[in-house]
Amino acid sequence: MMLKSTFSALAGRPRAFDGILDQAGQIILGKDHEIRLAIACLLANGHLLIEDLPGMGKTTLAHTLARLLGLQFSRIQFTSDLLPADITGVSVFERDKSDFRFLPGPVFAQLVLADEINRATPKTQSALLEAMEEGQVTAEGQTRPLPIPFFVIATQNPAHQIGTFPLPESQLDRFLMRIELGYPDRIAERALLAAGGQRRRVEELTPLLAPDDLPALQREASAIHAAAPLIDYVQALVEATRQNPAFQHGLSPRAGLALLAAARAWAWLAGRDMVLPDDVQSVLPAVARHRLRSAQGGGYALAEDIAGLIRSVAIP
Amino acid sequence: MSTPAHEALDRHATPWLFASALATTAPHFIHQPPWLSAVAGATLLWAVWLWWKDQRLPSRWILIPLVGAGSAGILLEFHTLFGRDAGVAMLVMFMAMKLLELKSRRDAMVVVTLGYFLLLTHYFFSQSIPTGIWLLAAMWLVTATLIRLHGGPSSSPRDTLRYAGVLCLQAIPFMLVLFLLFPRISGPLWGLPTDAHAGKTGLSDSMSPGSIAELVQNPDIAFRVRFDGPLPPRQKLYWRGPVMEQFDGTTWQPYKGRYPAPQLESLSPPIDYETTLEAHNQRWLLALDSPRNLPAEITQNGTLTAVSQNPINERQRFRLSASLDYRFNTSEDVVVLQRNLALPAGSNPQARALAGQWRASQTPEGVIDKALALFAAEFTYTLQPPLLGRHSVDDFIFQSKRGFCEHYAAAFVVLMRAAGIPARVVGGYQGGEFNPLDQYLVVRQSDAHAWTEVWLAGKGWVRVDPTAAVSPDRIETGIASALGFGEPLPMLIQLRSEWVRTLRYRWEAINNAWNQSVLGYNPQRQAELLARLGLSDTDWRSLAVALGGTCGLLVAGLMAWALYKRPERDPTLRLWHKALRHLARRKVDCAPWETPLELARRVREQRPELAEPFQRVVDAYLVARYGNTDQHLTTLRDAIAQLR
Repeated sequence: MMLKSTFSALAGRPRAFDGILDQAGQIILGKDHEIRLAIACLLANGHLLIEDLPGMGKTTLAHTLARLLGLQFSRIQFTSDLLPADITGVSVFERDKSDFRFLPGPVFAQLVLADEINRATPKTQSALLEAMEEGQVTAEGQTRPLPIPFFVIATQNPAHQIGTFPLPESQLDRFLMRIELGYPDRIAERALLAAGGQRRRVEELTPLLAPDDLPALQREASAIHAAAPLIDYVQALVEATRQNPAFQHGLSPRAGLALLAAARAWAWLAGRDMVLPDDVQSVLPAVARHRLRSAQGGGYALAEDIAGLIRSVAIP
Repeated sequence: MSTPAHEALDRHATPWLFASALATTAPHFIHQPPWLSAVAGATLLWAVWLWWKDQRLPSRWILIPLVGAGSAGILLEFHTLFGRDAGVAMLVMFMAMKLLELKSRRDAMVVVTLGYFLLLTHYFFSQSIPTGIWLLAAMWLVTATLIRLHGGPSSSPRDTLRYAGVLCLQAIPFMLVLFLLFPRISGPLWGLPTDAHAGKTGLSDSMSPGSIAELVQNPDIAFRVRFDGPLPPRQKLYWRGPVMEQFDGTTWQPYKGRYPAPQLESLSPPIDYETTLEAHNQRWLLALDSPRNLPAEITQNGTLTAVSQNPINERQRFRLSASLDYRFNTSEDVVVLQRNLALPAGSNPQARALAGQWRASQTPEGVIDKALALFAAEFTYTLQPPLLGRHSVDDFIFQSKRGFCEHYAAAFVVLMRAAGIPARVVGGYQGGEFNPLDQYLVVRQSDAHAWTEVWLAGKGWVRVDPTAAVSPDRIETGIASALGFGEPLPMLIQLRSEWVRTLRYRWEAINNAWNQSVLGYNPQRQAELLARLGLSDTDWRSLAVALGGTCGLLVAGLMAWALYKRPERDPTLRLWHKALRHLARRKVDCAPWETPLELARRVREQRPELAEPFQRVVDAYLVARYGNTDQHLTTLRDAIAQLR
């Protein structure tokens, strides 16, 4: 792996993250790259969409990250009868004070797992997505700030689309990254079977970060140096998506910003103080695929098309 | 890039081929047989329709009979498959039929090659500015098609066109060098097909009623003249063509036999001028009357007409000189005078009787005045005279009294001869239109004219223009004002609107500049240019040396420019490319999209002995290029030094 190169320019990688990657890797077996992407997404202060079949470890991953990062965790199971107030909270009348009191909903947590987000109605979905975008919740005429950091991991089951409300493109854009976990490889699956499930072990994890550490680390990651040639490269990639016939339309300027932010976080995780083209190439599929439409079939852009895109752009 | 030729054609490349085929064949539609245009157009539409519907192309068993039928049609039309017209028709048909066979890239290449070849064929028919512009645009399109065939779908049409445009622009210096220095040959380099000069009209070498009236309806330019001095008065601008002495009752023709050498006495200072003759497939030069001091390659025949050795079948330029006042053959040969008194027996009895009466009572000058007075009194000048019978001059003088210059000239000569005065018809042009923008006098076919010469003792041959007696306007202001409204004159020369005239002057000035400087660039002009460059001895060898030398210099200059452009200004990149060249020498190539770290990993696999030094290069390069500092260049330089 390139990450284990003898590259010596910056060796002082934050030790806490070695531990986080290591421990998470012991829970979600054989998915180091996806775990790293999820953590990079969090470091870039973005929200994550995990799309996969049931039982692939989506919830476990979310739970693991919450534990290891010392975040206050809450889980919302999305169903078709879920109402916006079930997420944001409701006011109840208190008889002794003769007044209403706001009971915050599950969204008031640092890491919210929105399980099967496409099961809820668009109205309910947008309540959460607005919270993601604004960092605050407006309920009954009053605006209440959400905790900092605020991080949403939403999961989606791509296979069963009956009775679901797929997220529209504008909402997908709110997620910095979208990842798939996929089946574990043989060795990982054998280990999983032998250990008899990982959920129990999640409860035993101890936080490796103090609650206030994360915002500081996010600031550090966002300050990673991106040189002019690197920004040229990001721009060339974004422009190439707009001309590539494999896609129905190209990436937006916001997507370009997201790509650069994700690449910075990825570089920071690798322990470097500068972004390299490798970082951009590594995060590009996770950042770009759900923001593009394949010209064939109209679903997400195909992984091969992203690989083709990378091959069509010379590195400046 | 290296797609095999038999590979199936990219569907999205096909419209480029259609456009190229259309652009390279379309101008031929003007002159080729209509059925061929219809067949070619229908074939193109069919091919487009098949492409649009994504249908199978017709099989070989349909195409072969189609091509056979097309060739048979061309054979029937032209009675040959060779020569200019038939050859071009074959090419157009091949191009159209090939569009039904666009299966592989090889077929597409055939269309492109045929397209380039068809571009050239247009110059057989026209060398005008619009043709040049059209063909340049078509060349650009065909080149873009070629690029599109090689480049694949990755580049947008705009990029493809831009790339082709850059290539065409880069060719311009070479085009100029080849134009200026390629040895010029008077006449075509290859024997042109025999029909190459067909369809060029001009004054004919015989005159019968109606022949000039027909020519006058043609607005084409006959020749352009630039005088060294001021423009001579318009009524003196007689451009002498063939002199016709023999009359059979309807048609006048020149005498083909020998003449004694002319004796010409100039009475006025010479007027020098340069004339650019359009092709008219005759040998006479239409020089200003009377031509004198002709250049060596031009001879003057016994009737003063300047004659070239070969027919003028392409535009040619001559420097000539003229005396407006002159005395010609005061002592004429008796045989010639006899010939110019002859009239067909029994023809035009009334006219002869009238002339006989005049002769009895008048001097020759008096007879001439009588005849001119007759015309001036009752006759009308018109392009649409009634038809004349067997005694055409009688019918004209005593009945219709309406005619055009050839009627007046013919009638006048018949009257003179009947009155015993030797007389003959002179064909040529009269007047012309002065373009104030470029100071050229433009003489058109519509200025064609016929006048007469009579021989008077002591004065020699004297010009008499009976048309001037009928319609002085014709001579003084030009044909457009001499004729009444409703005459079938071309729109172009009916000068009604001021701005149309200005526009026309401008366009003609541009055209003339093009003719003079581009099309008129002949061996003499080339020799002049080379002499000015210091190459006075211009045989083909020195030209070849100059051509080769200049092209070599151009290539060297372009290469130097490319080499200058090539090296990176950025020292980091320059060092990195040095390292990459080093790798390439050891058979490790770097793809443009490959990151340095990936390259380092590949080097470790393919060239383990290089892995460590190259990793150091990569580390130093990445820090120098992507890092937040610029002090690592020495590290990079040292690392590269250790690569070898």
